[in-house]
Amino acid sequence: MTTTENPTRRITTAKAMAEAIGLEMQADPNVFVMGEDVGAYGGIFGSTTDLFAEFGADRVIDTPISETGFIGAGIGAAVEGLRPVVELMFVDFYGVCMDQISNHMAKIHYESGGAVKVPMVLMAATGGGYSDAAQHSQCLWGTFAHLPGMKVVVPSNPYDAKGLMASAIQDDNPVIYLFHKGAQGLVWMEKNPRSIADVPEEAFTVPIGEAAIAREGSDVSIVTLSLSVQHSLDVAEQLEGEGISVEVVDLRSLVPLDRQTVLESVAKTGKLLVVDEDYKSFGLSGEIAAVVAETDPTMLTKPVSRLAVPDVPIPYARTLEYAILPTREKIAAAVKDLMA
Amino acid sequence: MTSLDRLAMYTEMVRIRQYETRILQEYHGDKTPAWDIGAGLIPGEMHLSAGQEPAAVGVCAHLKKGDAITAPHRPHHFALAHGVDMNAMTAEIYGRTTGLCKGKGGHMHLFDPENHFSCSGIIAQGYPVACGQALAMKRKGTDNVTVAVAGEGAANQGAFHESLNLAAVWNLPVIFVIEDNDWAISVPREASTANTSNADRAAGYGIPGVRVEDNDVEAVFEAAGAAVDRARSGEGPSLIEVHTLRLLGHFEGDAQAYRPDLETVDERDPIPRYAASLMEAGELTEAQADDIKAAADAEVDAAIQFAVDSPIPTPEDALQHVFA
Ligand SMILES: Cc1ncc(C[n+]2csc(CCOP(=O)(O)OP(=O)(O)O)c2C)c(N)n1
Repeated sequence: MTTTENPTRRITTAKAMAEAIGLEMQADPNVFVMGEDVGAYGGIFGSTTDLFAEFGADRVIDTPISETGFIGAGIGAAVEGLRPVVELMFVDFYGVCMDQISNHMAKIHYESGGAVKVPMVLMAATGGGYSDAAQHSQCLWGTFAHLPGMKVVVPSNPYDAKGLMASAIQDDNPVIYLFHKGAQGLVWMEKNPRSIADVPEEAFTVPIGEAAIAREGSDVSIVTLSLSVQHSLDVAEQLEGEGISVEVVDLRSLVPLDRQTVLESVAKTGKLLVVDEDYKSFGLSGEIAAVVAETDPTMLTKPVSRLAVPDVPIPYARTLEYAILPTREKIAAAVKDLMA
Repeated sequence: MTSLDRLAMYTEMVRIRQYETRILQEYHGDKTPAWDIGAGLIPGEMHLSAGQEPAAVGVCAHLKKGDAITAPHRPHHFALAHGVDMNAMTAEIYGRTTGLCKGKGGHMHLFDPENHFSCSGIIAQGYPVACGQALAMKRKGTDNVTVAVAGEGAANQGAFHESLNLAAVWNLPVIFVIEDNDWAISVPREASTANTSNADRAAGYGIPGVRVEDNDVEAVFEAAGAAVDRARSGEGPSLIEVHTLRLLGHFEGDAQAYRPDLETVDERDPIPRYAASLMEAGELTEAQADDIKAAADAEVDAAIQFAVDSPIPTPEDALQHVFA
């Protein structure tokens, strides 16, 4: 047996998140966790697995179902110098607490002329694909990204989940950290094998605001994020066999948005497909198209293609839901359309 | 309360229980070996109300045509007790075109305008809507009432408190029903709520409140009778908290590792207990109980068959119904 200097092992995205939080809690006594069922349960989506056993009820706090109350309390604690990691169980529940998020968490630093910092992480589960219907399946990252004052981080795999969580906790700004249920590697949900991967045991960071080239290619750029990165990589592998070379850009954060990486990829391939599990209109896919159009539309040899949820709430029945989600089949078809 | 009332309530509780027992089987039936929440004939989350039948049956016994209910994520018992069609509800849970919502809503989002029944998967958000339905009833000059249902966990949400005040200040015909099953997913009541009775909280808003301690359908019936009478006669809102029992996990798939009271759950089941007390009083025989169960099973079988035989929506249907 050999020992390596930086041991890695295969873990799920959920475990990677929890591990990052645990390491930050060890390093900084100001870091603590609160949210519904984050304690003994370990988070409904595993994002706080084992933290309760390690740190106890003082630092891993189960809250009442009072999102305005405990998210607001997170803001207050952050203002006083603590570093709360607060979980909003499903992002869909933003409706009951958006005032604290948008009017307080995201605005205090600016309103105070930079005098007050809010070093807080608000994490929430996103996404559909398992028939949880209209109130439990949304992505909504475009909504948060639209409102100024909060960083918006959206990992697609275990390695980034760990590194981005560490960066989010260390950041002096409020960070919304949105993880896709289908990319968590949960035992009770259909999962892509990419949701379990090698992750170093030690602490490390992935900088917020840098997109990743998840796969290099020369014919088409797919710009995407979250679970759709996993699907796009599957499609890219499949299309390679058909002679189509697909580049996959994993945005990793919406705010800040790494425009440069997007532009470089599109400049290389000349063709842009944006894949987004959020609603289509007035959101991320339009923003990415605008980045290209504002810079140099002539870099495109074909009009921009957008694959996103067609502005309907997420329906329940499987046939209905899969009709509106960006599936591998639809991604592959969109790439082929661009190549036609 | 007559002997007939008692038998009818028992029958309704059994009907609901047999329904959910069957849904439980069907839900798990085709998800193994690799348990996947999105797979099978009934996909998605499943929150069953087994153990909580007394709350629904004791309250709904007083409702009539035109009365409304807003239910939470755990809606089956109130839906059935309020007369929502079992076939259409089951077809919705199976995601079929014949379902209450044509397959768009699923088990947490059942809408039945004919019976003024709705539910929401967002905690406590049925409370304000109930106030609005009650406001409409009042303005229309009917004597109809609205029942707003949620769990004890929901009573820590702002919408609950805003709604109690609205109903009080506008003197609305609303009955707030809180099902205290001790748990909000994994969080026990004492960890989330400083006040031990929501009847006290109601008092804080100037609303009469009752806490029914023992998950007993007759006690719920008594409390609800008074509350519904008050609302119908224009005297305003009331609150009833029922200390009830979650027999199963929060949702199917919940291993309940956090729960120390699991061992005693079965002996606290309110249905066998009620059967025993009716039998002791000479109001129910074993043979009658068997017949009641058989009749329920037959109705449930037919509803499942109706659902399974119903058409699956087409992909194009997904784009329908965004706007009226
Ligand atoms: C606003 C909001 N927050 C959180 C949730 C997630 N959630 C669903 S059910 C539940 C527990 C509800 O507890 P309770 O109100 O006591 O009802 P019970 O499930 O026990 O019937 C939670 C936290 C939600 N659906 N909506």
